Amino acid sequence: MIYSPKSISNAVQILQDDPDAQILSGGTDFMVEVNFGHRAPTSVLSLRAIKELCTWSQQDGVIRIGSALPYAQMETGPLAKLLPALAQAARTVGSPQIRAAGTLGGNLGTSSPAGDSLPVLYALDATIIIATATGERRMAVKDFMVGPKRNALSKGEIITAVELPASTGYQGYSKVGVRNAMVISIASACLVHNPIDRSVRLAMGTVGPTIIRASAAEKWLGEECDLASASSITPAICAEFGRRCGDESQPITDHRSTAEYRRHAVSVITSRLLERCAAS
Amino acid sequence: MSQMIKVAITVNGQHTTAMVEPRTLLVQYLRDNLNLTATNVGCDTSSCGACTVHLNGEAVKSCTILAVQADGENVTTVEGLANGNEMHPMQQAFMANHGLQCGYCTPGMVMAAISLVKDIPNPTEEDVRIGLEGNLCRCTGYHNIVQSVLAYAEGK
Ligand SMILES: Cc1cc2nc3c(=O)[nH]c(=O)nc-3n(C[C@H](O)[C@H](O)[C@H](O)COP(=O)(O)OP(=O)(O)OC[C@H]3O[C@@H](n4cnc5c(N)ncnc54)[C@H](O)[C@@H]3O)c2cc1C
Ligand code: FES
Ligand code: FES
Repeated sequence: MIYSPKSISNAVQILQDDPDAQILSGGTDFMVEVNFGHRAPTSVLSLRAIKELCTWSQQDGVIRIGSALPYAQMETGPLAKLLPALAQAARTVGSPQIRAAGTLGGNLGTSSPAGDSLPVLYALDATIIIATATGERRMAVKDFMVGPKRNALSKGEIITAVELPASTGYQGYSKVGVRNAMVISIASACLVHNPIDRSVRLAMGTVGPTIIRASAAEKWLGEECDLASASSITPAICAEFGRRCGDESQPITDHRSTAEYRRHAVSVITSRLLERCAAS
Repeated sequence: MSQMIKVAITVNGQHTTAMVEPRTLLVQYLRDNLNLTATNVGCDTSSCGACTVHLNGEAVKSCTILAVQADGENVTTVEGLANGNEMHPMQQAFMANHGLQCGYCTPGMVMAAISLVKDIPNPTEEDVRIGLEGNLCRCTGYHNIVQSVLAYAEGK
């Protein structure tokens, strides 16, 4: 059976009546698994027709992105101006066809440590909004992802939106892969500078079981420089910051890369992100 | 998943409808139900782009969309591009610039290329290469495909 409800409340009700129904958004992970024979759903709940999941809005310094809004809408236009690191991350996902279909809800649903939007959500301390049978619950993204391809979502729940703060400082995303196009990352990172609360927040992807915040390196940086502006960040500080981020990573060796290379790569991209922040 | 579902999809401007199995992919609906066999399947896992069609004007891979998900929507395949006997200018550009050899990737390439130039009206060579990153070609080495798209963008 395929359900195509038009509202969130209908969708939640369907999951009550048919608990085995699996949630389908852009299908860029889901349908690949089906076609490979790795997933054989008995029934499917498609989110495509729920218009409110496919929009975004901004209010009181909070940007709310519907879980089924495709990446293509984050790459350019007003949302890209508000969230430049998310735009950069979105542009690296697959190809134009994948970005026309793939969504944040799906990236979170899959919870791969290589998911390109996830370091951005971590660096911005995103809140995940989840519809449940009894209403709604909100959860910090750091509590959402609990392991590689594992998350805190329970049966019957649907991710409806992601909330992110609007901020003014530098935001950047960087990713290393084996080639430029259509590539799953070997290491990735997002850096967000907030001059108002004098902080830099740094999240790393693909170098641990979940996304990792480089909390110790962030703290060290705050003690070394006055982060009210980026001007006191020197090249030597950038290099040391990258080294410290590498120390906090927990990479593994797999078919895409060795742990050593991942640690090296994440040190290089985190120090470059800080250089870009200093030059901004 | 065996109960049949009715879908109604506008394909190349024509209203079409059929009873399909829930698991039917959009590309299967196009090829098997409508006999529109220009849209090819190269991988069925969203990697090669051979199956690219336009869904409401935007390039998507029809091998990973269910026909049911396109219910009520507008689909264009390469068969829908020509104006009577006159080929679409993008098709003409591929012909004039030898942008194809075996032709297997071509329907998907042409659909992706039209969508690319709609988003970036005056693309650079790099824009074209990046914009076609989701489409693989085993024959041409891409050079003439890129030249075809640039020639189309210049000539339009
Ligand atoms: C060729 C190719 C290249 C790719 N390249 C990249 C890349 O570079 N970077 C990257 O990060 N990813 C990449 N991906 C993976 C994929 O595109 C992303 O993970 C994307 O964000 C998935 O979104 P979707 O809407 O297609 O999810 P779907 O495939 O529809 O769903 C994925 C999972 O999430 C669940 N889910 C979806 N929405 C919700 C919701 N609202 N609530 C609860 N659960 C939900 C589904 O049940 C499913 O388990 C690639 C995929 C392909 C095929
Ligand atoms: S057949 Fe769809 S991408 Fe290869
Ligand atoms: S022309 Fe043969 S695959 Fe492209």
